[in-house]
Amino acid sequence: MGYNPDKPMEGRLTDLGPPHYEQFMPPVIKENKGKWLWHEIVQPGVLMHKSETGDEVYTVRVGSARLVTCQFIREVCDIADKHCDGYLRFTTRNNLEFMVDSKDKVQPLLDELASRGNRFPVGGTGAGVTNIVHTQGWIHCHTPATDASGPVKAVMDELFDYFTSMTLPAQVRIALACCLNMCGAVHASDIAILGIHRKPPMIDHNRITGVCELPLAIASCPLGAVKPAKAEIDGKEIKTVKVTVERCMFCGNCYTMCPAMPLADPEGDGIAILVGGKISNRISHPKFSKLVIPFLPNNTPRWPEVVEAIKKILEAYAKDAKKYERVGEWAERIGWESFFEKCDIPFTEKSIDDYRLAYDTWRTSTQFKFTSHIK
Amino acid sequence: MAKHETPLLDQLETGPWPSFVTDLKKQAETKPEVYDILGQLELSYKDRITHWKHGGIVGVFGYGGGIVGRYSDLPEKFPGVEHFHTIRVAQPASKYYSTANLRKLMDLWEKHGSAVTNFHGSTGDIILLGTRTENLEPFFWDLTHEMGQDLGGSGSNLRTPACCLGQSRCEWACYDTQEACYQLTLKYQDEIHRPAFPYKFKFKFSGCPNDCVAAIARSDISVIGTWRDEIRIDQAAVKEYIAGNYPANGGAHSGRDWGKFDIQKEVIDLCPTQCMWMEGGELKIDDKECTRCMHCINVMPRALRPGADQGASILVGAKAPILEGAQMSTLIIPFMKVSADNEYEELVEFIEKVWDWWMEVGKNRERVGETMQRVGLPTFIKVMEIEPIPQMIKEPRSNPYVFWSDEEVPGGFERDIDEFRRRHAA
Repeated sequence: MGYNPDKPMEGRLTDLGPPHYEQFMPPVIKENKGKWLWHEIVQPGVLMHKSETGDEVYTVRVGSARLVTCQFIREVCDIADKHCDGYLRFTTRNNLEFMVDSKDKVQPLLDELASRGNRFPVGGTGAGVTNIVHTQGWIHCHTPATDASGPVKAVMDELFDYFTSMTLPAQVRIALACCLNMCGAVHASDIAILGIHRKPPMIDHNRITGVCELPLAIASCPLGAVKPAKAEIDGKEIKTVKVTVERCMFCGNCYTMCPAMPLADPEGDGIAILVGGKISNRISHPKFSKLVIPFLPNNTPRWPEVVEAIKKILEAYAKDAKKYERVGEWAERIGWESFFEKCDIPFTEKSIDDYRLAYDTWRTSTQFKFTSHIK
Repeated sequence: MAKHETPLLDQLETGPWPSFVTDLKKQAETKPEVYDILGQLELSYKDRITHWKHGGIVGVFGYGGGIVGRYSDLPEKFPGVEHFHTIRVAQPASKYYSTANLRKLMDLWEKHGSAVTNFHGSTGDIILLGTRTENLEPFFWDLTHEMGQDLGGSGSNLRTPACCLGQSRCEWACYDTQEACYQLTLKYQDEIHRPAFPYKFKFKFSGCPNDCVAAIARSDISVIGTWRDEIRIDQAAVKEYIAGNYPANGGAHSGRDWGKFDIQKEVIDLCPTQCMWMEGGELKIDDKECTRCMHCINVMPRALRPGADQGASILVGAKAPILEGAQMSTLIIPFMKVSADNEYEELVEFIEKVWDWWMEVGKNRERVGETMQRVGLPTFIKVMEIEPIPQMIKEPRSNPYVFWSDEEVPGGFERDIDEFRRRHAA
């Protein structure tokens, strides 16, 4: 028996919630929950956790494209069936984790993964670059200013060696959001790739009456740039909106509320790079990432300008930062003026805040460093 | 469905990182509509713009969340993606799976959908990417009846809560994040599936201040594990680190020669509160000064452990930039016991108090952090009936513009101008 469209509510089950997690935990995990004592990264991508019972679990971490198919998941299941008693997990950064309960099971698993070409790269641990968390982009979203899976593939191809090694001063978390909604923690990542629009919304007067609630569209603008207006359609006056262009900062919230205000554009859209955010409370407070490159074009399919910019920042950091220092902590220690110089990023007025609380970010001190910016 | 030329996407098949294009092409051999996904994406690569229409309200009976409607703007050209609705499926806590469960879910998705997925979406759900409206109810029926699983949240709802892996495989978790996440997810099924809020609302559960699930940056209520007694020290293990017998930071830096481990330089001097020192070959910590940043514990996991009196800090109001700019969540309750024994009573009471207030005063599309900012933290804590304490702020205000109230000033605000003028001529 399946769904019966004639009696949709008959026998209906709702609000079951997620299945209980415990049934999916490998036996060694289930038996040692709450008893773990310490862990070590045995080699890049391989973790060992030691329990007070003496048990050990070895975890092999593997990067994935996140945008994956049923076939791919079945292949992952084949590997887990063969090596991990039919269990596996995913991380919040879209890695796969295969767990085994003894050291001698690690190498056969690694060999299995290696035998499948480049489908299962092992890494993403410790002082390296782990998988990029990202959003949907052009594969599913209606508001993106860039693609997601494509730029991520291009960046990870270039940074691959940093995924499989642990040679950086600390971990570097990279994230991509394809618009300012930032589905994900892009706003607090070491390096953030952010899709942005640069043209104000157009107004589709022909459609606005049917698809928008005007007060909502007007209220949606955080800067009051959307205002009530009138327009003539087929000789009839209709109520619509207008946009005060000088006030628009291209957030796209009006389009989300009102489909008759599209703003995406091939030339207008692209990517901004933000740097220096983190989530962890370790040593310094969690911090937001800061805008250092206001715009790079959507040069499909490989976004070479974006890839190059990120590599340059990462390598300047790798060369200069101290052990344990996150990108943002490094930038704050050396000063942002030095950051721009060391990363060879041109400074523009676009990096000077002129939004809310902007004054908090202006320098009210005579303490600064002489860099090439002072002519 | 027709196979499309994809010269731009084909270029994403080279390079060492796994290619979603290769994966999609392979899947298209058995699910031809995937050719249309590739075809439309290729066109987006050419046009440098999305080809999805705005919105489209779809769902299953009785639910207002869990499915995101999406339609192609070129349905004639790409009939396989004419409808391309996303189904969010609630993920098991910490994203552990059995292959039996995953295989079954994949069977259902190949039957009812495009066979394209995200493992996982940023909020944490399993994302099943692309199906037609008429498939939604049959899929939901099979998901609930055959698998006992359910949809996650979308829209102005409680979003599917998420947690770090917690005590399941981490020595630092200060409470059982999985159980808290599971129990509260079950408790609030109605809030997850039926929109009643001004905007989205997220809980996230992290076991320690390392915050691996990024609760502090993206959840309206962040539950972050901590402790209030002393860091547990194994002095013998400290000596092993000093001797270089245990790798610092759990081996996270082994790829580069940073020189011999130096406890003074790498731990004691990097402590943000300078509360540690060596004395007679032993590591000493003035725990009263410790702010539990986790650095020393991270560096020496075999020597140091969080204290045994464990609970969580509760912070409120994180969000990404739209609308009022990005906000981290603000520390409201420094320490709360988080325990399944009393069904998370204290946390539940707090959550519901926040909701009652926010649902009343929050504006449309205003996250709770924005409402807090609009009314001010003093008002928020007054509404929450919480005493102000200095832990809530980084520093006291530097302006003197205090909103004194009528009752706080002797004689109140009502005064007589005529009586005033008798004493002070204009």
